[in-house]
Amino acid sequence: MENILMGEYDIIVIGSGHAGCEAALAAARMGHRTLMFSMNLEAIAMMPCNPSIGGTGKGHLVREVDALGGEMGVNIDKSFIQVRMLNTAKGPAVHSLRAQADKNLYHTEMKKTLEHTENLDLRQGEVTEIIVEDGRACGVRTRTHTWYRAKAVILATGTFLKGKIFIGDAVYSSGPNGLAPSEQLGDNLRKMGISLRRFKTGTPARCLGQSLDYEKMIPQAGDEPPVPFSFMDDEIGENKGLCWLSYTNEETHRIIRENFSRSALFGGQIEGIGPRYCPSIEDKVNRFADKERHQLFIEPEGLDTDEMYIQGMSSSLPEDVQQAFYSTIPGLENIRIVRPAYAIEYDCIDPQELKLNLEYRKIPGLFMAGQINGSSGYEEAACQGLMAGINAVLSIEGRDPFILGRDEAYIGVLIDDLVTKGTNEPYRIMTSRAEYRLLLRQDNADQRLTEKSYRIGLASEERYQRTLAKKRNVEAEKERLMNTYVDRERASDFLEAHGTTGTEGKISLFDMLKRPQISYDDLKEVDGQGRPALSYHERTELEVEIKYEGYISKQLKQIERFKKLENKALPEDIDYEHIDGLRLEARQKLSRVRPLSIGQASRISGVSPADINVLMVYLEKKRRERSAKI
Amino acid sequence: MEDTIAAISTPLGEGGIGVIRISGPAALNITKGIFRPRNGGQACEFKPRQMYYGWIVNDLTNTSFPCPSGAKDPMPAPLDEAMVCFFRAPNSYTAEDVVEIQCHGSAVSLRKILSLVISRGARPAEPGEFTKRAFLNGRLDLSQAEAVMDLIRAKTDKTYEVALDQLEGSFSKGIRAIRADITDILVDMAVNIDYPDEDIEELTYGKLESGLEKVRTKLEKYLGTCGTGKILREGLRVSIIGKPNVGKSSLLNALLREERAIVTEIAGTTRDTIEETISVDGIPVILTDTAGIRDTDNVIEKIGVERSKDAFNRADLVIFTLDLSRPLDEEDLDIAEKLESRRVIVFLNKEDAVRDGGDLKAMSAEDLARLREMLPGAVFLEGSAREDAGLSELRDCIKNIVYTGNGETGSGAIVTNVRHENLLREARDYIADAFAQAMDREPLELIEIDVNGAYLALGMIIGEETEGDIIDEVFKRFCLGK
Repeated sequence: MENILMGEYDIIVIGSGHAGCEAALAAARMGHRTLMFSMNLEAIAMMPCNPSIGGTGKGHLVREVDALGGEMGVNIDKSFIQVRMLNTAKGPAVHSLRAQADKNLYHTEMKKTLEHTENLDLRQGEVTEIIVEDGRACGVRTRTHTWYRAKAVILATGTFLKGKIFIGDAVYSSGPNGLAPSEQLGDNLRKMGISLRRFKTGTPARCLGQSLDYEKMIPQAGDEPPVPFSFMDDEIGENKGLCWLSYTNEETHRIIRENFSRSALFGGQIEGIGPRYCPSIEDKVNRFADKERHQLFIEPEGLDTDEMYIQGMSSSLPEDVQQAFYSTIPGLENIRIVRPAYAIEYDCIDPQELKLNLEYRKIPGLFMAGQINGSSGYEEAACQGLMAGINAVLSIEGRDPFILGRDEAYIGVLIDDLVTKGTNEPYRIMTSRAEYRLLLRQDNADQRLTEKSYRIGLASEERYQRTLAKKRNVEAEKERLMNTYVDRERASDFLEAHGTTGTEGKISLFDMLKRPQISYDDLKEVDGQGRPALSYHERTELEVEIKYEGYISKQLKQIERFKKLENKALPEDIDYEHIDGLRLEARQKLSRVRPLSIGQASRISGVSPADINVLMVYLEKKRRERSAKI
Repeated sequence: MEDTIAAISTPLGEGGIGVIRISGPAALNITKGIFRPRNGGQACEFKPRQMYYGWIVNDLTNTSFPCPSGAKDPMPAPLDEAMVCFFRAPNSYTAEDVVEIQCHGSAVSLRKILSLVISRGARPAEPGEFTKRAFLNGRLDLSQAEAVMDLIRAKTDKTYEVALDQLEGSFSKGIRAIRADITDILVDMAVNIDYPDEDIEELTYGKLESGLEKVRTKLEKYLGTCGTGKILREGLRVSIIGKPNVGKSSLLNALLREERAIVTEIAGTTRDTIEETISVDGIPVILTDTAGIRDTDNVIEKIGVERSKDAFNRADLVIFTLDLSRPLDEEDLDIAEKLESRRVIVFLNKEDAVRDGGDLKAMSAEDLARLREMLPGAVFLEGSAREDAGLSELRDCIKNIVYTGNGETGSGAIVTNVRHENLLREARDYIADAFAQAMDREPLELIEIDVNGAYLALGMIIGEETEGDIIDEVFKRFCLGK
């Protein structure tokens, strides 16, 4: 059958979820003709699971995506229902922002942005084949017998690839949320020699808010005023809605237990590996049998719908069982379910087959991002999409890849974890995965990343200037705080009133702020004139930098040591099989992952310190051999 | 290469002279801080490639120590007399600043000096690391590259073997137990930090403090009783026990006879408990011969028995002596009962009498089986103190217990290697810092850095992958997620 050439692009993105959107926007904003495919344009930036963005670790990712010039932060600021800063009882390094989203608004705002982005075309259609010539990805074919030429292709297929839904004993091919799955593309990838595995995830039921009894549940309000995600926003208006807390009970658990055998999970139909941090309610009841209750949150799906999401209660039990156990919960007695809970299984690759720039090692020009790489979560997907978009551009421009280190960003931690260590379950970011948590804060993501993005041509001039201004303002204020003193009596009164000890002489505002009991806002009481009007983002960073100073410098020293190994580059063409000093296991692992640096090599499980020493000697040998030739 | 490395460069326990080599930018300064030259002055300006004679000392400012040569005290104030030579970069083996300290070849002396050097800022060298540095710094030519890689491999394998030996023992059990306690704390911290919204028990500072305190106590205990420090300072206390007339004194004398050259006699505290010091591969071993332990009404003998019990309680290791020519009796069994959870070597004496005479009343196979059952962790040796038979096995056995631990008793190796001890100390310091921060109510994520440091340090001792553990445990123990 003859295919029709429908267009020529620099970059084609397959998929319009959170990874696809960021990838397409980044590529187009960097000045390249980009085409984004979607199975259905209604699925653009769809949130098929929870109606929220951010959370611990994830909030950091959103701030980083924003700092790099991505869209997620800006888009959620336009479409939030309520915003909360989590973990405020702990130190600022683990403060994490989370917003409830109006799903539909999130989708339409993102769609609007895509539609109005220069160099970017959208196309509804199903890609069935990646065209590879001379070993390089150079286009795609669609189900409608058309084809498109491209210099690089980005796969961001989410859970669509050979998607399969499970509800009780019902099993059928489907994408998320009732959308069509992508069948042929999965077969085509297999034919290309890409090995695929099956991962699984699930989502709870949606019900109508009018069927719930809110008197029996505990309301959860957002913070006032809501804190913006994007560094481009200083104020974002007011919170617009509540969430509700309730608990399961013994009756809920009894019903679930009695129906274990009817769950697709226990029936053995599901072969995919699910994430432990996102267990279904039957999983929770099974594994934590002695837990008397499990909490759940009722969260609005949007402002223009009555649908509510039942957070904490995903399931693949049959619909009658779902109806029965949901209605045992206080407040949910008369629940009217509008969408049943389901589990979904999908194809994904082994991310150890990727390079750190998210390019598939064996097929240059083919990049991958999001759930296809074995991750889970909107934010994890978005940051990979952004990085894949940037790196696809850099690769066709013949420029060096853009790789963030573990010491520079959570994004760097996430990608290095996936590519270097691989994953056996859908991967979720956690703050404990980051070694340098104190430096990788959400308040300073712009200071860490915006300039880098600006230099490669993504972050806008306006964003860059804001980052510089923030830096100047924070520095100037720090300087002022250091040089502004309060006399002994006044300072002591102030300090004692805030539950800390007085002072023996005059004391600077800076030194007072260092005390845990004193906040920057408190200082107003003793800070006469000259106090500048700082923005929220500026105030936060100023305060954190001063309070954390000692720890930050300690961690900076650790990073210096870490950098030494990261900066020792390993050539990509090393023949590990023939380095005799390496143990067999190390040879195999190194050949497979092909690390870019000694540091990366040292994180591969199965590569010992002795192997690293052997590698260093080998590198030096090669260097000397080369210089001998010249 | 910014850090400074150090290692004992001569084979342990085999030579009259031992060499400790230090390489790296801090080599000279470390040496200046621990070396007192013979000819006056507290510090010493080292000219390259000249030998300096003097003492290695803990504290340069203390000038009151006696001349060590011929000193009776096995551990005089200076650690050892030594010859020191400095090689300035790049004219050294590694092309870095190198100091070589030549001292006496005993394991004790070398370990103590190495510990001192490490406490002053060097770190223990990895296998083959001096040669690796020599190569990376251009001292060895290209043709030697393969040989260097082989050397790293071979040395690592050898070290690994030794380490494995050590790890099979209860040493690793102890480390794993402490590490499991730290895991508990880290898991609680991780879940509190990463899942603030979940319905889980809050980690209070009180709970955190008691958890850290528990770990710190264990680490201190480990360092105090199992570390090289005590043994090297005070020697290994070995108590020879058994009922009267099984040959305890002959065994002591036999061990002394073998060691005659270096035996120094310390007066016994009483007539019935004699202490003698011998050296087993450089480890001072204090042997205590005790009065036979038995129930008695005789007042004088009673005192002797009490003293024996006291010596027994203080002992790091017990040699339980039995007479093979007599059947097992109640008295033997009483003693055996008291040996539960102790490090024990059972020495079956008078093997010659059984062999020659075929004594009818000799200990039966059933008797022996019963003993083995009662003392599952003990090592059983046969021999004859009178004929010097089985003594070298006994010495080997003591040595093994000292260096590798007595696996089954679960009581831990007595002397850990310097690297292990160093890591233990590092872990202890981290936990102490974490504890102080918890007392100051610092935020969790700051305290976590130190707790994690301790976790990593212990992980390096037993050579385990670390990062995934905690996250795995979090999900195993807590019910989390949307």
